Amino acid sequence: MRATVAALLRKELALELRTRESVPAMVLFTVTTYVIFHFGLDRNTIDGDLAAGVLWVTLLFAAILGINRLFVADHEQGGFDGFLLAPVDRTAMLVAKAIALLAFLGVVELAAVPAFGLLLGPSLVQALPELLVVLLAADVGIAVVGTLVAALAIQTRARDLMVPLLALPLLVPVVLGASQATAPLLEPSGAGALPGDWLSLLALYDLLFALIAYAVFDFLLED
Amino acid sequence: MPTTEPAVALRGAGRRYGERAALRDVSLELAAGQTLVVFGPNGAGKTTLLRMLATLLRPHAGEVRVLGHGLPDDGYAVRGRIGFLGHEPLLYRELTGRENLHFHARLHHAAPARVEQLLEAVGMRARADDPVAELSRGMVQRLAVARAVLHEPELLLLDEPLANLDPAAVAQVDPLIGRASGHTRVLTSHDPVGGLPGADVALGLKGGRVALLAPAAEVSPEQIAELYA
Repeated sequence: MRATVAALLRKELALELRTRESVPAMVLFTVTTYVIFHFGLDRNTIDGDLAAGVLWVTLLFAAILGINRLFVADHEQGGFDGFLLAPVDRTAMLVAKAIALLAFLGVVELAAVPAFGLLLGPSLVQALPELLVVLLAADVGIAVVGTLVAALAIQTRARDLMVPLLALPLLVPVVLGASQATAPLLEPSGAGALPGDWLSLLALYDLLFALIAYAVFDFLLED
Repeated sequence: MPTTEPAVALRGAGRRYGERAALRDVSLELAAGQTLVVFGPNGAGKTTLLRMLATLLRPHAGEVRVLGHGLPDDGYAVRGRIGFLGHEPLLYRELTGRENLHFHARLHHAAPARVEQLLEAVGMRARADDPVAELSRGMVQRLAVARAVLHEPELLLLDEPLANLDPAAVAQVDPLIGRASGHTRVLTSHDPVGGLPGADVALGLKGGRVALLAPAAEVSPEQIAELYA
């Protein structure tokens, strides 16, 4: 399966590099949203719960843009049929798509997190190692659930509506866990300790949805 | 021990889209190495039949066996032994022809050298590094032919395979998907004169039902034309 995942992943990254349909839009969305918060809240700095909430809600909505586009090329250009005709494990597509979405989120966050610090002020330098752990744990959950939802929604006529309607409720625990884990890192008195219980919740969520996705993904591709 | 089982066997096969029956009670057999040509007006069920044989659609009634395996249960066993050329080329428009073929070669565990061999065979080596979106429909069809035979399948399922091809391109792809290729073939055609000579068995579909099933040598172009009346 490893070779199939590598082939699919290489194709995903090549398509994104050629079309630049997802990542630039996601980056632009996050930076614009932080600018809007900067002026909308009329504050140069935010911290604690509010800062964590603004950071994660924005990243979640940016992820929805990427999830919406995840299977579009496969659906419109026969990629599904090409894949289904091959003698390969169909789980390979789940793994490759989730890794691709995870990579897209990582690239977006390379721009979004510094923009967040610049526009809304919380010092991120001290909190960076712990923040990276939270980002990774949350991104894995978003990538797995996002791939599952995108595969389901692409089969429907109202794809653009279905993705947020399905993904946002499912991703509430991710935003909750990630915000609660991030809030102590963004306190004005300096970064507090990383809350292990919220991080555990994120890890449990990732594991649970990875198992669910593994169990049902084949059926989503079936006729 | 050599098997005598037909390459394709359908018994009362049917397929619905919602309430509408696209195929009803289709029964036929095709021996290995033979060619079945399927005629019928638009919406007769030709593409549905091919997609069902390709494991892309589940039969809703009857029995469908391909290369000795029952579908859909044994679909995995026949994938990779089927070459499918449908209306869509199954190529990513933003990738080049070479990238697309290498992608499909990896999925089908075909050697990279096979890609270069096929690019040469379909006359696309000079344009192999152009994005598919920049190629003419005929060129895309030639790449699609190369994709369909990349893994040297035993059974070819060809939906109007010569559409968009000029006479020179038809001659180029003929050794790959024509009768001389030696494959077992199921192909659709709208050409009553040109479709029959290369076939062993002719099937006419109308409204999803079998309207004609006979050895191709015994079928006249007039009988085919009646299907479209």
